[in-house]
Amino acid sequence: MIDKRVANVTEALAGVKDGSVVLLGGFGVVGQPQELLEGLIATSARDLTIVSNNAGFGSPALPKLFATGRVAKLLCSFPRPTPPAFEELYRAGKIKLELVPQGTIAERIRAAACGIPAFYTPTSVGTRLGEGKETREFEGRLYVMERALHADVALIQAWRADRWGNLTFRGTGRNFNPVMAMAATLTIVQTRHMVELGELEPESVHTPGIFVNRVVQIDSADPPPA
Amino acid sequence: MTATQDIKPLNRQEMAARLAHDIPEGWYVNLGLGLPTLIPDYIPAGREVVFHSENGVLGMGPVPPKDAVDTWLVNATKQNITLVPGASLFHHADSFGMIRGGHLDLCVLGAYEVAENGDIANWATNENDAIPAVGGAMDLSAGSKRLWVLMEHTTKDGGSRIVTRCSYPLTAAGVVKRVYTNLAVLDVAADGFVVLDMAPGLSFESLQARTEAKLHRPSR
Repeated sequence: MIDKRVANVTEALAGVKDGSVVLLGGFGVVGQPQELLEGLIATSARDLTIVSNNAGFGSPALPKLFATGRVAKLLCSFPRPTPPAFEELYRAGKIKLELVPQGTIAERIRAAACGIPAFYTPTSVGTRLGEGKETREFEGRLYVMERALHADVALIQAWRADRWGNLTFRGTGRNFNPVMAMAATLTIVQTRHMVELGELEPESVHTPGIFVNRVVQIDSADPPPA
Repeated sequence: MTATQDIKPLNRQEMAARLAHDIPEGWYVNLGLGLPTLIPDYIPAGREVVFHSENGVLGMGPVPPKDAVDTWLVNATKQNITLVPGASLFHHADSFGMIRGGHLDLCVLGAYEVAENGDIANWATNENDAIPAVGGAMDLSAGSKRLWVLMEHTTKDGGSRIVTRCSYPLTAAGVVKRVYTNLAVLDVAADGFVVLDMAPGLSFESLQARTEAKLHRPSR
């Protein structure tokens, strides 16, 4: 019997190694798995690279993770507003920031998931963020080459899940979660609702279970009004 | 800069309304942060325009009343939104595929500067102290079928934002098609800015006096 369910957050995060690249779902706090982040904080894993669209403003858990000093680098498109925990480390040179255009983050992750080692994009051509990157002209237009972004771990927040790891997301909580779930060696999901196999309509599954390794059911809070 | 008592610059709402007037029915439109977010209020009733939000929404509706907020729905600014009938939700790679793949008819962004060659600078100033942030601005600028800019014509000090060459770091090169300011509507043509419309009371000469880049009359 295939059963990807785990009993708690500790089991869900077991085995996350030092130096891991961790994809963190969410756009702001919507779709960001707070309890899995707390679980990551509770491990001893250090020298982490976190891939997240934002730097944790308004997030209960992400600034706490930065404050542990165990994140070596944040790969991010919009680290503003900037939580003090990140800003202090950044100003002190204790955390690296790789600023990447939002769509390039998504596509680098998608490429990694789909067996594409690199791709060309028009985004960032002729700008500071495109400097030093290989460029190539196609049909009269310049593109920069971007490489796939592989990851060791993905932390995902779903709305519904079954024991095979099939997932659905709620509202704009989907955001980066489905592509991140596809791109990591170990994809860990927290879900608000665990449902019986067969309860999710096949036509309505957002993320097929093949991409998911572990699922833990958490009565997490809704995002706060904003 | 000379006093402006002789002319009536558009206020923020009038600027948004002026631009909204030019969006035809059926367009799929992404709106950037700041001023562009005012635009939906001024789309005439009954004209179907579909608003896209980079975080995975087509069919974004107005801000919800406080007693009917779904906190799982946010826009690019992370404010709660509503969905209109016919809306759809999708993930980030699809959303930026729509953007980069040229599927959106229009993107409207704010900016610090727009140059006569269509360059846009809207993501960073030359002050190195700020923590840099780009979000989706470069994808939207490089990928949209049409990029319009909605911004004040001048800085608070009266300096022109309509320039020969951008002084701030570029968001994308050669992509802006039209600029709506509080003083004018300008097309970006092959040889520079063409004045399509001006604020009430403004002459071509007085607009040029407030603009660093050279302006062209439309009937050349």
